[in-house]
Order: sequence, then C-alpha cells, then structure tokens
Amino acid sequence: MKSVVIRLALAAVVGIVASAASAQTLNTIKTRGSINCGSNGTLAGFGLPDSQGRWTGLDVDFCKALAAAIFNDPSKAKFVPLTAKDRFTALQSGEVDLLARNTTWTSSRDTSLGMNFTAINYFDGQGFMVRKALKVNSALELGDAAVCVQQGTTTELNLADYFRANKMKLKTVTFATSTEAVKAYDAGRCDAYTTDASGLAGERLRLANVNDHVILPEVISKEPLGPAVRHGDDQWFDIVKWTHYAMVNAEEFGITQANVDDQKKSDNPDIKRLLGTEGKHGEALGLPDDWAYRIIKHVGNYGESFERNVGQGSPLKIARGLNGLWNKGGLQFAPPVR
Amino acid sequence: MSDIATTTDAKLMEGPAFVRGQPLAPLPPPLAEAGAIGWMRKNLFSSTLNVVLTIVCAALIVWLVPPLVKYLLIDAVWEGSIRADCLPRPDRPEIGACWAFVIDRINFFTYGFYPIEERWRVNVFFVLLAAGVVWMAWLDAPRRDLGVIYFFVVMPVVSLILLLGWPLVGLAKVPTTSWGGVLVTVVVSAVGIVFSLPIGIVLALGRRSQMPAVRLFSVIFIEFVRGVPLITVLFMASVMLPLFGPETWSPDKLLRALVGVSLFAAAYMAEVVRAGLQAIPKGQYEAAMAVGLGYWKTMGLIVLPQALKITIPNIVNTTIGLFKDTTLVFIVGIFDFLMTIEAARVDPNWATPGISTTGYAFAAIFYLIFCYGMSRYARFVEARLAAGDRR
Amino acid sequence: MAAVETSRPKALLIYNPKARGIAYQVLLCALIVFLAWSAIHNAAENLARAKIATGFGFWDNTAGFDISQTLIEYSTTSSYGRAFWVGLLNTLLIAGLGVVFATILGFIIGIARLSKNWLVARMAGFYVETIRNIPLLLQLLFWYNAVLKALPSVRESFTIPGGTLLNNRGLFLPQPVFGPAARFALIALVFGILAAIVYQVWARRRQMATGQQAPILWVSLGLVVALPLAVLALSGFPVTFIYPESGRFNIRGGIEVLPEFMALLFGLVIYTAAFIAEVVRAGILAVVRGQTEAAYSLGLRPGPALRLVVIPQAMRVIVPPLTSQYLNLTKNSTLAVAIGYPDLVQIFAGTVLNQTGQAVEVIVITMAVYLTISLVTSGLMNLYNRRMALVER
Repeated sequence: MKSVVIRLALAAVVGIVASAASAQTLNTIKTRGSINCGSNGTLAGFGLPDSQGRWTGLDVDFCKALAAAIFNDPSKAKFVPLTAKDRFTALQSGEVDLLARNTTWTSSRDTSLGMNFTAINYFDGQGFMVRKALKVNSALELGDAAVCVQQGTTTELNLADYFRANKMKLKTVTFATSTEAVKAYDAGRCDAYTTDASGLAGERLRLANVNDHVILPEVISKEPLGPAVRHGDDQWFDIVKWTHYAMVNAEEFGITQANVDDQKKSDNPDIKRLLGTEGKHGEALGLPDDWAYRIIKHVGNYGESFERNVGQGSPLKIARGLNGLWNKGGLQFAPPVR
Repeated sequence: MSDIATTTDAKLMEGPAFVRGQPLAPLPPPLAEAGAIGWMRKNLFSSTLNVVLTIVCAALIVWLVPPLVKYLLIDAVWEGSIRADCLPRPDRPEIGACWAFVIDRINFFTYGFYPIEERWRVNVFFVLLAAGVVWMAWLDAPRRDLGVIYFFVVMPVVSLILLLGWPLVGLAKVPTTSWGGVLVTVVVSAVGIVFSLPIGIVLALGRRSQMPAVRLFSVIFIEFVRGVPLITVLFMASVMLPLFGPETWSPDKLLRALVGVSLFAAAYMAEVVRAGLQAIPKGQYEAAMAVGLGYWKTMGLIVLPQALKITIPNIVNTTIGLFKDTTLVFIVGIFDFLMTIEAARVDPNWATPGISTTGYAFAAIFYLIFCYGMSRYARFVEARLAAGDRR
Repeated sequence: MAAVETSRPKALLIYNPKARGIAYQVLLCALIVFLAWSAIHNAAENLARAKIATGFGFWDNTAGFDISQTLIEYSTTSSYGRAFWVGLLNTLLIAGLGVVFATILGFIIGIARLSKNWLVARMAGFYVETIRNIPLLLQLLFWYNAVLKALPSVRESFTIPGGTLLNNRGLFLPQPVFGPAARFALIALVFGILAAIVYQVWARRRQMATGQQAPILWVSLGLVVALPLAVLALSGFPVTFIYPESGRFNIRGGIEVLPEFMALLFGLVIYTAAFIAEVVRAGILAVVRGQTEAAYSLGLRPGPALRLVVIPQAMRVIVPPLTSQYLNLTKNSTLAVAIGYPDLVQIFAGTVLNQTGQAVEVIVITMAVYLTISLVTSGLMNLYNRRMALVER
C-alpha cells in the first residue's frame, strides 16, 4: 500500500524533472576548490592514510590525477574514508564527488544505486586466505569452514554463491569493516578470510605473522574495480573516465612523470594530442587542453602508479597480470584521444 | 584541673583504707572490639555470610588487581618507536601495555589529521572551551550571566571560525574531514550540549504548554527520538538528511552527525528539564502571574532559573551519557577518539597482538577520568543544593 | 476579569491571549507541514534524479547472503524479508536474555552496595562507578577481543564436563533429542506447572484464612521438576544427546553459541547492571527506615524483611526507571553492529541497505521496529506499575 503511494508520487515527480540532467559537479568542485574523494581508509595499496594524514594508494592516485587535471595541484584532492557499508550512500548523498574505493562494477549497482561506473582501474577476482597449518590446498576443501567476510560487499554474495554451487556448508562471520574481519580472522575466529585478491595481498601485511598464511589458488569471481560517479552528470562522468584513459594511454606511449616535459616536444601526433600541444581535446571536457600533461606531471602514468602502490615498488608486490597493457598481455586498453 | 583533683584526692584519702580512693584507669576495650581488628569484625566478619562474602571479594581482588597492575605498569613498555619494541624478547618474555605506542600516536589521537602547523588552533579551542566550562560549572563564579552568553553564543562562534578557518582573518581553511581524535569527540559533545540544552528547554516548555498543537508536537518529537536507538538516528542523519534538502545541498558529514546527536540529546534534555519544571511549586507560577508577568517573563525570570538550578545534576548526568554516546559516531565513519585508536591499532608499524588492549585501556582511562570527574561534580552540586534546602 | 475585558472592548486581537495562542499553533502547524512537505518532495525528487530504486519491492527479492545465527530457517536463497525477521528475532533474543541477566546482576549489586560488609559495599560501588563511566561501545570492543583472544582455538577446546565445548568459535552445548516417549514427560511437566499454580493459590488462601504457612517452594519444585523427571525415568529416558565434536575445521553438532553473541550479552549485561544497581539502591533507600525496623520488631529476619517488606515497597520506586533501563538495553543492543553479531541493525540497516541501496525505506522500517518495541515495553511496564500502585493506600 505504502509502496504504491510512494511509486505514484515518484512517477509524478519523475515526469517533472526527468530531463534535468545537471552538469554542475565540476562547477561545484571549482567553487569549493577541492575534490571530495570517497576512499578506502584501511586498505594498503588502494587507500590508506599514514599517521601524518598523507594518503597513498592506487585509488588515491586516481583522485590526485583528477585534482591535477582540474586544479593543476594534486593536493586539492581531499579524501573521505568510507566503509564498504556506507560508500554508496555517501556518493548518493553528495558527500563525495566520486567513489574511488576498490568498488566492484555490477549491473545492479550501475542501474539501481544511482551511480555510474566510469572505467576499470583494477581487474580483480575474489580469493581466500587460510592458515598454512590447516593444510588446505584448494577452496573446494573449505566445506564447513568458518569464513570471515566484510559486510555489504559483492564478496559476501559471491561467497554464498560459491559455496552453494559447490554444495558446501558455509559458516560466515560478517563484519562491518575489513579491519574487523581481518582482526577476527587473525584471532582465530575464522578458518578463512575472503576478499578481492588485491585486498588479500594488502590485508596479509596486517597479520601478526605474515608467513603463517597462504592465499589459495582459486579465484571465484570477476571483480572489475573502478571509480564511480553519481548518475546524471555526463560531463563529470566523462572527466573521470578520461582521467583513467589518459593515464593508460600515457603508459602505452611511454610517457612518464620524468620524461613528460621532453615528450611535450615530441612529433608523435598521438602524444601531441594527449599532452595538449595539438588540438583542443581538453576544452570539450571542460578542462584546459594540457589536462593530461598535468596528470602525468603530478601523478605519473598508470603503470607508474600501479608499481608504486601495489606492484614491485610496494610491499604488496602484485604482478601486473590482468592489469598489464593490452599489448603486453593484459586487459588495460584505453580508447584513443582524438 | 589538677588543683581540683588534688583536693578531692585528699578528701577520699580519709575513708577506710580498704576502699580504693582512686578510680581505676579504664581498661582498653577488648582487642576484638577496637582498632583495626574490631573494625574488621564489625565491617567484614560480622556473620558467617559476611565472612564468606569477604573471602570471595578478597579473592576477586587478588585475582584481578595484581595482574592489572602488572599489565598496566610493571610489564608496560614506555619507550620505543616501532612495533618490535613491543614484542616479547628473551630478556623480557612478558609484555604488558605498550604505552610507547600511545606516546608515539598521542598527537594523532588528539588532533586526527588536523594540519600540524595549524594545531595551535585546536589548543586554543580547548582552552576556550575549558574556560567556558569552568565559568559555567563554578557556582560562585563572577558574572555567570555573562558566562551563559559566552558559553552559548560567543564561544561557539569563535570556535567555529577558529577550527574551520576563515581566510579573511588569515586562518587557512581546514575541512572537517581532517578533524579527528579527541578534537572530534570534544566538538561533538560540546555542540551536543550547547544546542541540546536550549532545544531541550523549548521542548520541555512545549510539552507543558497550554496549546494542544505545541504540546502534541513536543510529545511526538520527544517520545519518537527517545524510542529509537542513537545509531538509527545517526544513520538517518548521515544517509537521509541530504536527501531531504534541495539537490545542491550536501551538508558536511560531521555536520550531519552533529545534527543527529544534538536532536537526540535534546529529547533527553527536554525530559530532564521537564522534571525540574514539575518540581517548581505552583505558588511560584501564581505569584509571578499575580505581579503581572507574562508567560516568557514568568518562565525566564521566575521558573527556569529555579528549575535549571535543581536540574544541574541531571543535566550533568545527561552530558555524561552524551559524552559516552559520541563514540557511536564512529559507526557512521567519523574519526572520533575511539576511531583513531581503532585505526592506529591496525597500523602495520605498530600492530602486535597486545596493541588493541593497550589502545582500549588508554581509551577507557580517558573516558573514565572525564566521566567520573563529571559525575563527582554532579554529586557535589547535588549535595550543595541539598544543603541549601536544609537551611 | 470579565469586568476588565468589557471595559476595554476594542482591544486589538493580538493582545488577546487566546487568539495569540491559536495564531502560534497555526503558525507552528504550517511550519511543520511545510518542512515535512518540502522534505518529502525533495527526497522524491532527489531519488528520482539519481535513478535510485524506491518502494518496498525489494522485500521479496533473494537476499543471497549468509547469516551466522538464525533462529528461524534461513538460507542464501531466502528473501530480504526473511532476513529482516531473522535479524529482528536475533535482536529480541539478545534483548530478552540481556534484560533477565542484567536484572539479576543489577539487583545483586544494588543490594551489595547497601551491604553492611565494608568490602562488599566498596567493591559494588567501584563496579558501578567504573562500568558506568566507560562507553559501552568501548566495553563491547574490549569484551569481544578479550573473549576471542583468551579462548583456546578449536583444536584445543576447553571441555566442560557434560560434553560442552568452549573455544574461540563459541560455546557448544550438547543438543538434546527427544524420543517419542518423551511426550509423557512433557504432559507431566504441563500438569506439574498447573498443579503448582493451583497449590500456590490454595496455600495463599489458607494463609490468609488461618495464618498457617505452607511449604510453597518445595511443593512447587517437586511438581514442576521432580514429577516430569520421574515420568522421564519411568519411560526409560527417551532422550539422547548430540554431542559437539571436532570436525575438519569447526565443531560439528550441538547447540552453537556465537562468541559475538556472548560478547554482546556480556557487555550489555555488565553495563546495564551497573545502572540497574543504582536504580535498585535508590529504590531501597527510598523506603523509610522505620519499615525495616518495624519488620525486625515483628521478628522477621533480615532476609525475609528485605524480601517481604522492603523490596515490594521499593519496587514502586524502582519500576519506572527500571523500564527505561530495559529500553536502553534494547536500544544499546544495536551496537552489535560493531562486533559483528547479526542483529536487526547489522543485517537490515547494514547488509540489506547496502545490497539494495534503498536507504529511506530500510531506515524507516528499522526505526519503526524500535519505536514499536519501546512503546510496547513501556505500555506493559505502565500496566504493571499501575497494578503495583493500587496496593498503596
């Protein structure tokens, strides 16, 4: 009954404002002077502040790249730590301008949560971590095991699906934050901890004895992680999307933070278009034409950011794998700037 | 004294020789009735049941206190800068609290992510607040009427400018997302009390009003808020509040939590104030009416000053509750004191098995000191008011 | 009054208190209606603009997540609606048990604070002062970690005599399975309870009439406990137990009590008991000293004097604040969300809200549930209070 009334009321309202696709996020950001970026505050490699409040991580770099493109100053990116549980409402309510918080792109999130995923900045899959002492070699042996998992994630649903599909009995223990889940796993509350493989690599570092734990080989799901924006602002959607593509393109052309000033003098038309020395490709986005130059100058290309935060230059030591460039056996493929 | 004694002694001497002339010095009370043993017999071992209870309690103390002291003080680590300092070593197999971690992170616990070069502003805010609290709490302080204005008007405005920054006067902006730790806990509590008391008074007056619509609204608001858990109010404030405003309106996350906490505390304050209002004899109202005072003057000059005075202990008790409840903002993702501890204890630089307990012990001591102090104050005021009544 | 009014018949309407009162109320109503309307309007508009799903259609959708403690049947293929009921029952379970234990502990400590034994009174006072002044959330986090850390792992479970196991995965009790013949014992139990009630009524009437006391406690115990046990023995103990035993990872079989549940119950009981103790102490102190003295002079021993004279009178003072402590406990049980116990807030306002994204509907339902619990509890307590108050002359 109630729902009927609400639906009728909504239908009436939708009729009035359906076409009011607003294009004001960029203006709001410019007047505010900073970008509010919804981040993971507890995941090494993706978003983690140190004791001085300096944020690092792949998703953090992405926001810094946006700030560089808009303000020519990566410090204009402000980070709002969000839990998996409150991240969507934070985006919906306008508390953050974008959500760059290792969030899995799914159809229902894309369609009914009032948000749009822009691009995939990390191809991931869900895995399990167990104690070595248990002598488990495969996730298929986990029947009847207690599994710690974070609430409100696709992980929680995949886990249930996987156990159901393999006719295994499941005991989940759910926590509001990954910190609590890892802590409980470490204390022996669960036999296994499950999250995205990248997350496992990061969380493993927080355990009391890193070497007592092993990550199982199975990857039970596809987890395309990417930044998302609110539904209904196409200009902002484009800016966020193309910030990622600019970083990927830069890597493909071999433009790095160190050589970007030299590359500006390059004759390669692709590079010229990307760095804004030819054509007016920034203007259409509502940005200065050297937007991509600013990104690379301040933050670097995708590969640099990857290696610095999760790759060989970080404690996580994750191989590029699926996240390599398309011409190097990976999946990162950016449309051309043209 | 001695003169009299000698004369009576002389008189008594004249009696028969077998009659003792001088009174004996009184015997000391039996050992079992006086001194420490007597006290123990009376207070600890007066019956079989009490003997058993005393032994049980003593056993409990022995079981609890020495390990606690050992953990908090004797085995505690006071110096160090990395997690290895708080791990057991061959020469130190038992590790107690890792205070080195607390000392290392004390600035983070106090200021959160507040920019280091601007932290003096937070200190000034603490001083301003402390001054206001002392002015309000010290019952014999001079010009307490000015104190009220300072506490409820001047201090909030100055603090707001100070903490948030105002580029016009040369204070750089500090967004609330960089606030954290004790600062946030104190801000939430202070804002809660500064706003909830006036709103609570209005609601309490509304609930006792002659106007049915006003009364109904007050009752519904108070009973609704008191009927739901604070978490749901915070959820509502943080999730639904932005939806209720126009499209461009997206209030600050901390502000939303503050709105939730203030409204929640206001409903409880209203009931406390209402109890105070009810305790004012009807004659006071009638007397005020008799001298021709209107409603607001009656309330403002006659009833409220008396009602609030007798309500002070309960207001302080509600404040203690509010202060403890501020920990819940951590559930909606605000970096309060408890959250900074939660964040710091998982920091790989410090994460050892004992760090959590250290963090919790530190937090418990912090809250215990403040809450216990406030409750002592409430009791002191209560005793003083009771003394006033006895006169 | 009337004379004054007639002497100034042309007083402006705004000076008429009645008219002003009505004007204020109309203004207030208009303001509230406007605020409510604009809030609803804005919410609907914002939701529609962001294309966020609305309505209660999600209620029957498949939930797809698992819940660690379910009192009713629930699987990952159940609906969100089912998950709601699971959460609600878990909340009611923790609140119900919490109220019972907190009352017992609170009364013991409240009375202990008034004990003549110095050590007992001091320790009770110390307990109350410490526990009341530390936030519950902090206590819960501490208990959860303390409980978790202190308990042994599955393989090294404590074995409590009687087949109960205790480890960091929880408490595992033997699960009784009743054979068909057990129904005779059940019938005996029902009969025993009825008979005990009848006996108590009869004994009380006789005491009123003749002054003779009957051994109510012993006869009742015999009827309720011994009789069914005797029948059980006669029918050859048709009860078997499923004992918990170690499996590959976990304990299999038996009744499982989650550590989250234990930590939450522990925390809530210990915290609320400190407040109940204060309520009880105030209630007992409110009974005038003469009542105790009169009871002693009638020859009652301290125990019966407390039980028959002081506590019944103190209850009148105790019940209203006790009610609000019960409600506080229920509301505080929402802190379960911090330690992972699947209560209503954790499941519904947590996972369901997150998976569906329908914040408004979910929060409104959650608040309505707690409001209902509050209203029903305070209603029941008022009823009880009224009955107690009738005794007063």
